Amino acid sequence: MSEYFWLIPLFPAASTFILVIFGRWLPKKYVSFQAPLAVLLSFIFGLAAFFKISRPGLEHEVASLSQTLFPWIHSGNFQIDFTLRFDPLTAVMVLVVTGVGFIIHVYSIGYMAEDRSYTRYFALLNLFTFAMLLLVMAGNMVLMFVGWEGVGLCSYLLIGFWFEKPAAASAGKKAFIVNRIGDAAFLLGLFFLIFNLKTASFPEINQALLEGKISPALATLIALLFFVGATGKSAQIPLYVWLPDAMEGPTPVSALIHAATMVTAGVYMVSRLNLLYSYSGVAADVVAVIGALTAFYAGTIALTQFDIKRVLAYSTISQIGYMFLGCGVGAYAAGMFHLYTHAFFKSLLFLAAGSVMHALSGELDMRRMGGLKKYLPITYPTFLIGAITIAGVPFFSGFFSKDAILTHCYAQGKYFLWLLGLCGAIITAFYMFRLIFLTFHGEERFSAEVRHHLHESPAVMTIPLIVLAFFSIVAGYIGLPVVFGHGLNLFDHFLEPVLKGAAEAHLSLRTEWLLIIISSLIALAGIGLAYLFYQKSPHLPHLLASKFPDLYRLLYNKYYVDEIYEAAFVNPLVKGSEAVYYNFDLPVINGAVNGSARTMNFFGRILSLIQTGLIRDYALIFILGVAIILGLVVF
Amino acid sequence: MSPLAFFILSLVLFSLGTLAFLVKRDLITQFMAIEIMLNAANLAMIAASRLMASLDGQIVVFFVITVAAAEAAVGLAIILLIYRQKKNIRSEEINLLKG
Repeated sequence: MSEYFWLIPLFPAASTFILVIFGRWLPKKYVSFQAPLAVLLSFIFGLAAFFKISRPGLEHEVASLSQTLFPWIHSGNFQIDFTLRFDPLTAVMVLVVTGVGFIIHVYSIGYMAEDRSYTRYFALLNLFTFAMLLLVMAGNMVLMFVGWEGVGLCSYLLIGFWFEKPAAASAGKKAFIVNRIGDAAFLLGLFFLIFNLKTASFPEINQALLEGKISPALATLIALLFFVGATGKSAQIPLYVWLPDAMEGPTPVSALIHAATMVTAGVYMVSRLNLLYSYSGVAADVVAVIGALTAFYAGTIALTQFDIKRVLAYSTISQIGYMFLGCGVGAYAAGMFHLYTHAFFKSLLFLAAGSVMHALSGELDMRRMGGLKKYLPITYPTFLIGAITIAGVPFFSGFFSKDAILTHCYAQGKYFLWLLGLCGAIITAFYMFRLIFLTFHGEERFSAEVRHHLHESPAVMTIPLIVLAFFSIVAGYIGLPVVFGHGLNLFDHFLEPVLKGAAEAHLSLRTEWLLIIISSLIALAGIGLAYLFYQKSPHLPHLLASKFPDLYRLLYNKYYVDEIYEAAFVNPLVKGSEAVYYNFDLPVINGAVNGSARTMNFFGRILSLIQTGLIRDYALIFILGVAIILGLVVF
Repeated sequence: MSPLAFFILSLVLFSLGTLAFLVKRDLITQFMAIEIMLNAANLAMIAASRLMASLDGQIVVFFVITVAAAEAAVGLAIILLIYRQKKNIRSEEINLLKG
């Protein structure tokens, strides 16, 4: 079965095709059956391929499957084939994308049940799965770029899914445009890479880097250009602004695309090119700094938001920052590990938030929630598990992965980034539990009307929550830190063959223990603070807000970044375009076109004077003409 | 009679026809002027035929007569229609294609 691994992306593609072409004649029941099934089939084939490459005895060579479906671009010596690869790194991504994707497909059956465009929704969700699988299974950068653009497109289509809502339509556009800025840099990097290495396939890139075929400066340039692309796709400083707005899309979309899979494409890309980043050194440092800054910065914004999905969106940005921090300090495996655990708990949080919205007739504002604990007996505990996991409470999966990143950070001597990460961690724990307390505890702040409709979601939505909650708890146990014994970190071990650029981390057991205890305490402190602020003495937040009004306003308005971008980039662009339009397009281009038409018209008018409409004149001209010709012939 | 006389007559007739076509204003008269020009050409053709002792010129005249008959039929029909439209046949008023 594993030799058919190249079918993995084709199942969702086929499903999309069927839904797009025949969708209007297909009954809803069939659509709800086919779309998740396609992803499930991909998952099963992914599992088969995974077992194939993880079988014992292959540990020290690069265990991978590769299949060239057809030659794609052949030009002289330069060749790019449509090649799909399946190696340990791909395996992690494929299983996360299809596994979490399948759960979210199932959840969507319940969540989108009442929607008019049910079939379009599933067609897009399948198309997204296809694009993401293409991205992670691509055997070369060019094919990866196809998937990269594909997920961007699907993101645009799904954010703007309810396009009749102006906010959704403009959020979709914003995501697309911001992504495009990153993609332009990505494309430039791709050109530099191909121009200098004459290849785009991953094994050959790695080979060329090992042989030192390009200078570190050039490698830095290429790596940084790729990273700009990653900041767009993975919502890092400075191109993160689209992700919070992306919450206008349906909630399962936020869970699938804007939490679990698409936004992790950048992390995957950096891990895939780990040799390039480590080779450059500077680029890796930039990745680490940007990651740590984002992790902290996005967390601070999340502190003051009241929109439940926006808090989660900022926490996503922050968590992806951690992944980049991991990759940047050379702990690619830790970054991927966090990606993997994050996929579970973040999709859990989003889906649970969707369930809350579902129960409250679409309410998003936490100021109009509260006390939902007793109304939502399944959503509440699952949400709580998600929050505990993301907060980094010991023995939940988020703890292991975040701790792995911070430990590596410390081991590489990047103490400042480590501190930033720790601050981010306490903030994370605080705002997640602020969300929990505001939403599920305290007094009920919703209207009687809403209370009347209040209900727990159907089983098709709650079962995915339970499954995800289960994985949020246990997913971390395949990557235990070294303090619990050597060789227990199966995850690192599994990825070892592909992550040749990874840095070694050597810390004494005592330091490791110390670090683990510090990050545990930090998580608990964050939760404790949230309890103090939002449960014990609810007047404290107001007190703080009125004591530091400027800081509060700064955070509440998200550092005014949208406004700054508006003033610094959008407005000058609009103004510049207008200036060009009025000063160049209108007079010069339009002038040239209209001028040539006017010239023709002018000469035509002069010539038309001959056409008097009088037969006599024509006859006279005719006779004169004959006379002239005769004269020429005779004389 | 020398053939030259026929050629001169033909030339005079053709010139008169041309002049009439140019100065006259109603379509019927102009039409008649055209007929005169055609017949002047016929005369020249026959004279040349006689002069060169060849039948070619006479054959062409038959064609010209046939064409003239057809032209008369079509031309008169057009004039009739113009009259129905405008209630006159003044040629200077037919100027729809004026530039």
